[in-house]
Amino acid sequence: MRAESISKRYGARDALRDVTFEVVDGEKVAVIGPNGAGKTTLLRILAGALEPTSGSVAVGRVGWVPQQPALYSKLSVAENLRLFARLERAKPGHRRRGWRRTWSRGRQDDGQGSPADVERTVAGMLEQAALADRSGDEVGRLSGGNRQRVNIAIGLLGDPEVLLLDEPSAALDPRQRERLWQFIGALGTTVVFSTHDVGEAERFADRVLVLADGELLFTGTPDDLAATMRSVGRRGGRPPSDDRPGEGPGHPSDFEAAFVRFLHARGH
Amino acid sequence: MRWLLLKDLQILRRSPLLVALLVIYPVAIAVLFGFALSGGPEKPRVAFANLVPPGEGELTVGGRTLDATDYADRLFESIEPVPVDSREEAIEKVRSGEALGALVLPADVTERLRAMLGLGGGEPPTVEIYYNADDPVKRRFVEATIEARLAEANAALSEVVLREAASYIDVIVSGGEIPLPLLGAVQILGLERAQAIIDSITDGLPRESADRAALEQVSRFAELAAENLDVSQPILASIGSPVRADQHVVEGGRTPLEAFAVAVAVTVSLMFVTLLLAAGLLALEREEQAFGRLVRGLVSRTALLTEKVVLSALCALAVTLLMLFGLAAFVGLDWSRVPAWLAALFGGAVGFAAMGVAIGGLGREVRVATLLAILLALPIVFLALVPSGSVDPLLYDAINVVSGMFPFKPALRALDAAINGGGLLLPLVHLLALATAFFALARLALRRFD
Repeated sequence: MRAESISKRYGARDALRDVTFEVVDGEKVAVIGPNGAGKTTLLRILAGALEPTSGSVAVGRVGWVPQQPALYSKLSVAENLRLFARLERAKPGHRRRGWRRTWSRGRQDDGQGSPADVERTVAGMLEQAALADRSGDEVGRLSGGNRQRVNIAIGLLGDPEVLLLDEPSAALDPRQRERLWQFIGALGTTVVFSTHDVGEAERFADRVLVLADGELLFTGTPDDLAATMRSVGRRGGRPPSDDRPGEGPGHPSDFEAAFVRFLHARGH
Repeated sequence: MRWLLLKDLQILRRSPLLVALLVIYPVAIAVLFGFALSGGPEKPRVAFANLVPPGEGELTVGGRTLDATDYADRLFESIEPVPVDSREEAIEKVRSGEALGALVLPADVTERLRAMLGLGGGEPPTVEIYYNADDPVKRRFVEATIEARLAEANAALSEVVLREAASYIDVIVSGGEIPLPLLGAVQILGLERAQAIIDSITDGLPRESADRAALEQVSRFAELAAENLDVSQPILASIGSPVRADQHVVEGGRTPLEAFAVAVAVTVSLMFVTLLLAAGLLALEREEQAFGRLVRGLVSRTALLTEKVVLSALCALAVTLLMLFGLAAFVGLDWSRVPAWLAALFGGAVGFAAMGVAIGGLGREVRVATLLAILLALPIVFLALVPSGSVDPLLYDAINVVSGMFPFKPALRALDAAINGGGLLLPLVHLLALATAFFALARLALRRFD
């Protein structure tokens, strides 16, 4: 996936300014930044849900997982998956292709819009999301974490080359977050996710994009970001965390504090 | 689209309370509208004191015996009489609130009537009316009812008197027998026969006789009098009801009130069911955050709107068709017009559904969308039911324009035409145009508020 000079204006306000980056196959990329940085706008443009004012996006099939679970709470988990699986197969331009996932290796010549194919896909997704035992439960009765799993599972139904997740862990408690990241980590798909939690980005992303006020400030690995932030801290006269009691290296509060200093140093 | 239809039906099936409310609420409102339109106000209770002594209520007009108190019965067609024995008791009933009004026939009412009819002069007969002014609506009803019924009673008495007067004139002209009190039957010669007698006497007199000239004058008078009195009979008949109403319908049909009430009740139901369903179902897509996911390549916005219009229109059609069948069994509608009912209901449902999705496109939450639908629907109904002539003509024109911008009035016209006969095409074309406009508005709202 390649985003080239993407800009988005809302009236007089610049939501994104000349953002360019690439994501390679299989990568997990975090888009981090404070609230209002333009993370959701960027992901919506990548997903094709929003037109950029200028710039272009080159991407294959995209799976979109919005921040709020986009599910029907009166339908069961399986019914939600079945509905979106049917719609995925009924949509114009849906291509027949072999499924990469283990559950759908079988009869590749089976019509992909057939009820049997839909049921196989739903069963496989329930298994992958570890929701098989909750398949008959109404989504409205699920915990936030499980709802988010269903939300992500629906995003995966179209067999996307890139999965876009908009702050997937925002409304979850720490235990649910941990389970969710395990689930995301096990996906073989390329993943781009947004978060304002820099600790999550450091732990779960292969690469990090830092956005602030619509401007792309940094692209690199979490280690590169940490190193950059340490150097900013030294220049600002603040000792590295190794020298401060109670804040070992990699401590979340340390990383977040360094991130804030990093943003300040760049005028944000 | 069928998968979305299936999904919405599943959601509705799992929301029995919502579905029950969607059916019960509009039906209840429709029934209330129907009652309000088909039935007049409840008969008010009126105390009735007949103080005319027994046997004194009768009077004779031209040999025909009438009971004056019979004419009071005409009042009872519109009121519920509470018989009392005295004026004081009648007034007390009004004061205590037990009766809204009181009607007292004084003891001398027949005597006065008799004197007036016997050309004896004196005061005209008077009935006394007492009423409670606490409730202005009921007071106005009682006033109007009693005045209207008294006018009818007066007209009925006039008719009897005038008929007798006409028979007297006939006897005076042609001769005959007249029954007179005390004297019994009296033979009257009549002007025509008197003229014949005079003419025969005149013929026997010499031409130069002075008596002949005088008798010829009397004969001419008798002839003229007979001719003019003959003409006076239709004039007298017209005095009883000098103005006759000749009614012509300029616009609209002669729809019975009950059938019109059915049309209003069913249209109100159709409107509420369709509007609430269409607005609610579309708003639900956004409340559940599914809208963005759906329109990102899975379903086009137009297909999504079409699905909501089709589903809500079909559901409302089923509910209101059942309702119409039920009402038809009671009111006695023409069953051969069922295809026209279907066409009108479907046209109305599509119009309301398009309006519903336009409302649903504006609201992001089901509660907001349904509240907006109800807030819009009620004034639209009231405006559409304002009769011409009841308000200033300019205001009525403005009301007509506003009503024409929403589907209620054309839907009501279509259903009225379908139930009672009339042109169905024009209101259906109107509904189709409105449906197209509201659909376009909904499409715009989805783009604007996406």
